[in-house]
Amino acid sequence: MCYIFTMSIKVLYFASLREEIGRGSDTIDVQESLQISQLWKKVTGQNSMPDTLLAAINQEYTGSDTLVNDGDEVAFFPPVTGG
Amino acid sequence: MMAMRWRFFRQLQVDSETTQGLRKIQIVDAVFDPWQLQQNFQNESMQGRTDFGAVASFIGTMRNFNEGDDVRSMELEHYPLMTENQLNQIVDEAYQQWPIQNALVVHRVGKILPAEPIVLVAVWSAHRAAAFDACRFLMEALKHRAPFWKKEFLKEGSTRWVEKNT
Repeated sequence: MCYIFTMSIKVLYFASLREEIGRGSDTIDVQESLQISQLWKKVTGQNSMPDTLLAAINQEYTGSDTLVNDGDEVAFFPPVTGG
Repeated sequence: MMAMRWRFFRQLQVDSETTQGLRKIQIVDAVFDPWQLQQNFQNESMQGRTDFGAVASFIGTMRNFNEGDDVRSMELEHYPLMTENQLNQIVDEAYQQWPIQNALVVHRVGKILPAEPIVLVAVWSAHRAAAFDACRFLMEALKHRAPFWKKEFLKEGSTRWVEKNT
């Protein structure tokens, strides 16, 4: 028998990015491991991440070349402006 | 009753001399009184202790103007779990760098009107240098790292996301 392993990744968008994309989250199923930048391309169709875009995996900041694992919660968002 | 979500309330060891430090990190979705919260936290965190000699606090409030435009209100969005994680890490770093006793961080989310408080950072220590420095550090680190975003509603009717922190 042959099993195809599928990873399920939750992707969140915040603030201006959420409005541009038109939704707050996606659940993506992928068959191969992905870097953050590849996940960005998959969800937006854009080849590269904007310079100012920030990313997090499981609520911690991460870089664009980090590999995403099954069950991870990934977030993309613009520069933060609290305080 | 203020709609308030209590997130973290935990004790940790600061050092063997200054006994324990208490921290509180709160995200609130309604108007809060920063002076009252600071007084309440001091009462509950000090428990009659009298070894603190300095309290430094910062209160950030909403301005009615930004980049030359009149701003009528703001909507503050955040990434809930990550916000608490980041604020806790920032407070950890302050405890590592300064001999502070207690720390309080309160941040508003949701709809905000001019003059309403957005953020309160307060730090207790034996001497003023640690309180001043840690308070400044907490505030600057919060602005750069905690995932909050401001949307402005301008007087002339349009809206815009604040793109960078000053």
